[in-house]
Amino acid sequence: MTSRSTVMAGSESTQNRSPGRRATRPGAAGPAPMADGNLLEVRNLTMHFTQRSGWFRRTRRVTRAVDGISFDVRTGETLGLVGESGCGKTSTGRSIIRTYTPTGGQLRYRAADGTEVDLATMPSSKLPEYRRQIRMIFQDPFSALNPRMTARDVIAEPLKVNKVAGGRELDDRVVELLRQVGLRPEYRDRFPHAFSGGERQRLVIARALSLNPRLVVADEAVSALDVSVRAQILELLVDLQRQQGLTYVFISHDLSVVEYLCDRVAVMYVGKVVELGSTEEIFARPRHPYTQALLAAVPQPDPTRRNILTQPPLEGEVADPADPPPGCHFHPRCPFAQEICRTDAPPLRTTSDGHQVACHFAEQLTLDGLTGATAGRDDEQQA
Amino acid sequence: MNGMTATGTAVLDTPGGNQSEAGTVGHWKLVWRRFRRHKLAMVSGGVLLVIYLVAVFAEFIAPYGASTRFGDHQYAPPQIIRPIDTTDGFDLGMFADGYQVEVNEESQRRTMSTDPSQTRELGFFVQGEEYELFGLIPMDRHLIGPKDPEQPVFVLGTDRLGRDMLSRIVHGTRISMSIGLVGVAASMVLGIIIGGASGYFGGAVDTAAQRVIEFIMSIPTLPLWMTLAAALPQDWGPLMKYFAITVILSMIGWTELARVVRGRFLALREEDFVEAARLDNCGTFRIMHKYMLPSFTSHIIAALTLAIPAMILAETALSFLGLGLQPPAVSWGVLLNEAQNVRSLVAAPWLLIPGIPVVIAVLALNFVGDGLRDAADPYN
Repeated sequence: MTSRSTVMAGSESTQNRSPGRRATRPGAAGPAPMADGNLLEVRNLTMHFTQRSGWFRRTRRVTRAVDGISFDVRTGETLGLVGESGCGKTSTGRSIIRTYTPTGGQLRYRAADGTEVDLATMPSSKLPEYRRQIRMIFQDPFSALNPRMTARDVIAEPLKVNKVAGGRELDDRVVELLRQVGLRPEYRDRFPHAFSGGERQRLVIARALSLNPRLVVADEAVSALDVSVRAQILELLVDLQRQQGLTYVFISHDLSVVEYLCDRVAVMYVGKVVELGSTEEIFARPRHPYTQALLAAVPQPDPTRRNILTQPPLEGEVADPADPPPGCHFHPRCPFAQEICRTDAPPLRTTSDGHQVACHFAEQLTLDGLTGATAGRDDEQQA
Repeated sequence: MNGMTATGTAVLDTPGGNQSEAGTVGHWKLVWRRFRRHKLAMVSGGVLLVIYLVAVFAEFIAPYGASTRFGDHQYAPPQIIRPIDTTDGFDLGMFADGYQVEVNEESQRRTMSTDPSQTRELGFFVQGEEYELFGLIPMDRHLIGPKDPEQPVFVLGTDRLGRDMLSRIVHGTRISMSIGLVGVAASMVLGIIIGGASGYFGGAVDTAAQRVIEFIMSIPTLPLWMTLAAALPQDWGPLMKYFAITVILSMIGWTELARVVRGRFLALREEDFVEAARLDNCGTFRIMHKYMLPSFTSHIIAALTLAIPAMILAETALSFLGLGLQPPAVSWGVLLNEAQNVRSLVAAPWLLIPGIPVVIAVLALNFVGDGLRDAADPYN
């Protein structure tokens, strides 16, 4: 631990920066304007971590946690980011809230006053303003709350620090927020350890909402909770979105949660988006073999639906983002892999029905979704 | 003590019992409740309190001055205080035997022994030697002492020069117990600054600090202390020597603390709530003092308490070797230094008694430190 450390890629990031970004910044012309209805446009985002180790830190390993991804977040929608552990979904979320400084790409954000800014290159002195608008819900409610602060202090802290409210107004706002997230205001003098996991997560949500955010990044927000509590929290998130017109980026590995909550889903694999589309489309007719494998792994309580027992599980390990396989990163695990998959990386392209997918054979394959019962195995020869 | 423990447990075991209060109790109250359940630590805490009271009021508690000589009472043996005296009717009070001197014809050596035919009476708040409490208030009362100053009683015997061991041990408490505190305070400053920087910034700073710590820890401590102590100028007064010794001790003592602090910082830096504070637009200072520091002050206090015994032992060892404090300064180590001579030990084994308070103080500090460490995280 003492001899290794992770630093953000600094000097080497230049060569990794996407050419697209350079192209979109030709002097005074500025970047292309954002499309209407988009709150956030992610363009060729890269987040590379450089790990140095060994004698005098001469050995360098670049982990491409996020390797040039692009997607839009529309105002008022919930976009799901799904994938296995280590696929870069958390790094993407952390880049959006700028916990990490992306090593390349753009995060074009339409601010509350209508101006378009690039969060990726924003100097940290200007970040506070946007950190009020973009908030985060943490995964583990047990470590996300300062054990030395009462519920009131936890919720009041962002209001105080950002000088939004004070005195009586502050107290009123705290009570209001506690009610909004379904906690009894009488409990505001309690310390976090006296709350249950679900109640803590409600506190975390209240803290995120205290500044009236526009975009909320929820990183595995319900993964640490019991199933029964999970449903309540999801319900709360939906209600809050409806009441306050929130936009969510919902990061999760749990597809059943994503199906319930998200309008659109981006599936990530080893730092890249492999498929992006509306939730119904993705769940009913996946185009990428990886998406299909993920869906197949969802346990189904209904015996008439596809079951984990009848579907061969995905074989092999997630590729190492520091040393991904050539071509399509998924090819070593893909049952449909051909020669071209080993050499050429498929770009993310839009299919005829507006779906985005990064697979050479997206059109040829007919893959099973969660609801679709048609077998697609015979198409293998076609591909 | 038992009653207190019972209530402490009751409150913790039934969180639902008192709904209005549940979960609103602050951190230090919880630590205290948890600490109170640690019986050994509680008892040790009481012992420590007594020891430090003795250190503060040493002049008042000791029957005589630290270097008062009773020329005709050399190597006087310890005495037992009896509550009843029957030599002259029946009396209640505190009594001890008188002393007699035997001269060995061959060696011409004088040996003192108790003489049951005589009785000397002791009392509380007796008038004795004059002193100034805290260097300010002139007083001549002593907590306990002989009613007749001409007939002294030595509960723990006397040394080669006829000085009362009890009085010397009581006076030595002040230096022995404070050198731990001062030394730990000095190493705390070093440890928190270096360990904090190491943990907060990480990277090269961390590596450098850790290598320095490892280097210092690898040096055999005793030869190093001896070298440093021997390098002190001979003409320094006792007070200067005292501070020089604390500095020497804390130059090594900080390493352990720096590691503790670094570990806490490293762990906290990654905590989500620190991250959340950053996203709340809290400044670095606010994050440090509102989020990070409160989370490990109790751990630091526990680590400090556990570091004091090492300091006390180190001072004792140095002084025992004659390299620490020098007479006329009195510490437990200085007293033990006089017990080095085997011949005098055979004649007067009570010279080793100063070792007992060392053991008691070190054990008590260790138990209290253990209790604090267990209580530092009261949330489970």
